[in-house]
Amino acid sequence: MIRLDNLTKVFDTPKGAVTAADHISMEVPSGEICILLGPSGCGKTTSLKMINRIIRPTSGKVFINGEDTSSLDTQALRRNIGYVIQQIGLFPNMTIEENITVVPKLLGWDKAKYRERAREMMRMIALEPDAFLKRYPSELSGGQQQRIGVARALAADPPVMLMDEPFGAIDPINRAVIQDEFLKMQQDLKKTIMFVSHDIDEAIKMGDRIAIFRAGKLVQYSEPDELLAAPKNDFVESFLGEDRALKRLNLVKVRDLASDEIGLVRPDDSLETALKRIEEYGYQNSIVMVNDKRQPVGIINAAVARTTSGHCRDHFMSVPVVVSLDDDLRKVASLMFANDMTWVACVDDDGRIVGQITQRAITHHLGSRYRTHSRDQATLDAAASLSPADKE
Amino acid sequence: MPTLNLSGAMRLLVLVAVFVAGVWSQSSGVIDDFIFYLPDIQYLAVQHLWLTAISGSLAIMTAIPLGILLSRPSMQKVAESAMQVLNVGTTIPTLAVLALSMSFLGIGTVPAVFGLFVATLLPITRNTYTGLKGVSPALKEAAAGIGMSPTQRLLRVELPNALYVIFAGIRTALAINVGTVPLAFLIGAGGLGELIFTGIDLYDPVMMLSGAIPTALLAIGVDMLIAIIAFLLVPRGVNPSRA
Repeated sequence: MIRLDNLTKVFDTPKGAVTAADHISMEVPSGEICILLGPSGCGKTTSLKMINRIIRPTSGKVFINGEDTSSLDTQALRRNIGYVIQQIGLFPNMTIEENITVVPKLLGWDKAKYRERAREMMRMIALEPDAFLKRYPSELSGGQQQRIGVARALAADPPVMLMDEPFGAIDPINRAVIQDEFLKMQQDLKKTIMFVSHDIDEAIKMGDRIAIFRAGKLVQYSEPDELLAAPKNDFVESFLGEDRALKRLNLVKVRDLASDEIGLVRPDDSLETALKRIEEYGYQNSIVMVNDKRQPVGIINAAVARTTSGHCRDHFMSVPVVVSLDDDLRKVASLMFANDMTWVACVDDDGRIVGQITQRAITHHLGSRYRTHSRDQATLDAAASLSPADKE
Repeated sequence: MPTLNLSGAMRLLVLVAVFVAGVWSQSSGVIDDFIFYLPDIQYLAVQHLWLTAISGSLAIMTAIPLGILLSRPSMQKVAESAMQVLNVGTTIPTLAVLALSMSFLGIGTVPAVFGLFVATLLPITRNTYTGLKGVSPALKEAAAGIGMSPTQRLLRVELPNALYVIFAGIRTALAINVGTVPLAFLIGAGGLGELIFTGIDLYDPVMMLSGAIPTALLAIGVDMLIAIIAFLLVPRGVNPSRA
């Protein structure tokens, strides 16, 4: 747990005093990632760096796991905090192994222990220990270097990590990969992490909580979904962007909105039954056909069912579009738009149909908590236009 | 293929030239004249190196700590003016420095060593200072952020990363030093300058060259020695010659 209590930093500049961080108070629960987000110069980096005293606070206190850190020696404090910076900052004069074991050595671990720890860290970040430990940072790609940077920060197993735009200098494709790897590691490690970013998408993806800063003040501190649904003021709202309703799609899983009511037909049902069910469930143009194990095998087109007679098994078409319960709504929305559908069947891990997710459920979910601060109706209209023509 | 032929022809030409020079020097008796000076050369070369070694090591031992001191953040305000003072110091010709030190310290080895020390000090101080200042702020922040003390930061991060630049300074300084030692003869400290200046005065080219050629060879030798030490000491990850 990290708790900031009225943390303030005033810089004396030739132009007078500048308040970079103004009475910041917040708490990050153990095992969560908190993203500090805001435009440049908003005080997010200053706030982060006051935690490990790279910047000395003018006033206020930092508590880590309930302990007031102002009583701790600076070096001891920092050795218990993992620190990752955007420029990576690997020591070019040291091998990868020496870089990773710097903190364990400072803490006085014995040689066998820290060498084993280096190999363990390499496996954790999915780099082959024998191939990399003896190499130098300049021989690695940017993405590999930043993985080592994360490994170095984690080597002494600190309970808390500070990350200052750690993935900012990495190309977008590698960045997404490293973000995913990092989240996977975090599931096991459960570190308490403060993470500075200026990228709203990164914040939504990585954060359990997001703190929005502006001009040295903490403006809003909420969970991502709450933040996107109900920004506190115009600044937050404009910072999140006009498509903030769409951004929420990333945060919700199919599991949360799927209903277990779904109309299905079996191969030996007649087309007449199929047509009846299509109307009964209000589907626009088709219905899913399943086998004995409730696995989807095809779809029956409404047009075919209307004009032809016979059994479903003789008149089905290609395998239908389905989504898994763990997919996010962004994928669902994309499939719906691509295939001109208002609903998608959901399958479990064994590929059995367990329900459906409808466009209506999605828009209802997004709309139910959507609030706006702008007098301009444009954003509201944009959100409303997401709803289908209500003709299901 | 023309380049290969050209370099082959050049090599042949050089061989022929060396051979002709050898034949000429043997027939004209120059070699014998040089051999006449050999004991002098040996004695004076040792004296010459001794002057370089003493003044050079004193300069290194002073300049590196001075450079480190000036590069510390707490010295930021005075560092630039101190470097300016040192810069002005080097614009004074070495001969003038020797003359000045002679007028305070008299004649002999001591004023010579002092003059050479002053001439050698600046390049090393300047390179130590700029080398340490040039270490990326990100590295220093990373080192501080993971909990290194200021001394650990200096020894494990800053100095190793500045070492290549510092060694470049030492190379330049010692090359200057070896080349300046002949002037020390003028204030009575000996060295190969004795042959050079006496040769000039007596209009004896062989005697002059007996001092000049070994001086040049010593300068090259010292430079190579420092280069080898740098190659071995600078960590592989930050050593351009071992990349």
